[in-house]
Amino acid sequence: MCELSVKNLHVFRGERYLLKGLEFEVPRGVCLQVAGANGAGKTTLLRVMSGLLEPEALELRWRGGRVSPRDPEYHATLFYLGHDPPLKDDFSAVENVAFNVGIRRSVSRSDVRAALERVGAQRFADLPVRTLSAGQRRRVALAALRLSGTNLWLLDEPVTNLDLAGQSLVVSLIEEHLVHGGLVVAAIHQDLGLSLSRRFSLNVGTGEGLP
Amino acid sequence: MSAQRTSTMTAVWLVLQRDLRLATRRPAQLIQPLAFFAVVTLLFPLGYTPELSKLRAVAPGVLWVGALLASMLALESLFREDAGDGTLEQFVVSGQPLVALMGAKTAAHWLLTGLPLTLMAPVLAIALGVSVAAMPGILLSLAIGTVSLSLLGAVGAGLTLGVRRGGVLLALLTLPLAVPVLIFGAKATELAIAGESLTGPLYLLGALAVLGVTLAPIAAAAAVRIGLE
Repeated sequence: MCELSVKNLHVFRGERYLLKGLEFEVPRGVCLQVAGANGAGKTTLLRVMSGLLEPEALELRWRGGRVSPRDPEYHATLFYLGHDPPLKDDFSAVENVAFNVGIRRSVSRSDVRAALERVGAQRFADLPVRTLSAGQRRRVALAALRLSGTNLWLLDEPVTNLDLAGQSLVVSLIEEHLVHGGLVVAAIHQDLGLSLSRRFSLNVGTGEGLP
Repeated sequence: MSAQRTSTMTAVWLVLQRDLRLATRRPAQLIQPLAFFAVVTLLFPLGYTPELSKLRAVAPGVLWVGALLASMLALESLFREDAGDGTLEQFVVSGQPLVALMGAKTAAHWLLTGLPLTLMAPVLAIALGVSVAAMPGILLSLAIGTVSLSLLGAVGAGLTLGVRRGGVLLALLTLPLAVPVLIFGAKATELAIAGESLTGPLYLLGALAVLGVTLAPIAAAAAVRIGLE
């Protein structure tokens, strides 16, 4: 029995199908890499799975039971990281991470600083996020992801704007998460070189999953 | 990996605290509605008449319309920024009830606009020739009335999330709904100025505020969900 299974997922956009009868399963310790051309519906899939977008139909199973993607109990176990890092320009990296994680679970300032150090953000941890580059902001968001303590990561283009070191940071964060029995569904264009047994490909464009 | 999940109360407190702290980083946004309220109110002695007895007669309407428009001015930024940078999406998937977080944001909005507007009203009332004896009544009616305005505004701000430059639409949606608050609020202020008992309209204002506290966060949360799709 897989931890996460999606069945019978349909999403319309206007008159046409964007996602038609999508089905896939993700076991523990596996990163499902969602591939597909621009506009194929990768972001839509992630937003549907995080309950931000209402699909026309979806059978979602999580930890053996059927759940609604809008169930707060389900949300408590997942972290969604969208296109833009959810950061407040006027707050420092520390304040941002402390808040983003804090509304989910109790977290100490030293944990926040340790997480920022892990993602290579200690140098600008106390600067207003406004002054940071796009890649630096992405790193700050990754710190919140790592600290969230959630089991299911839904990542939309997590390596955007990151330099090579940043990309390998994402890979190591994901692998660390998988080793601890986590699950990842990520829309990633490039091959990140995650060990193959832990990577599934899903061609959203055709609505077929390739194990 | 499992850690202590944040209670809803703590999350509400964190959101409230965050919004207040954000406001202190940008005092200009805080002062603008207040300055607007002051300027609009003080235009009346210039544009209508400097005669205090005449001004006193229109003071309730002037104060309430001024406060209503000023509170509207600050509304657009209530959810827009959080929607733009993805914070609202994080609220939705935080595992916390969105209704509670919307309530927290609305409370912050009231503390940052409704309450300062209320505290400023007596000063402006003096400029309109209102006697000091009427001040407690004016403060009380505005304090209760602006709660309803913030709550109504939160629903409107949620509904206009998906609209680019929704400021005017927001006003068009919210102002008609604010009419009961305006009527009872102005009536209470009028009675306060006349030195009569204002319990009647005050109770009605209170009832509107309670109705708003009960229903508006639910409506705002639903509107925000739709706005984010």
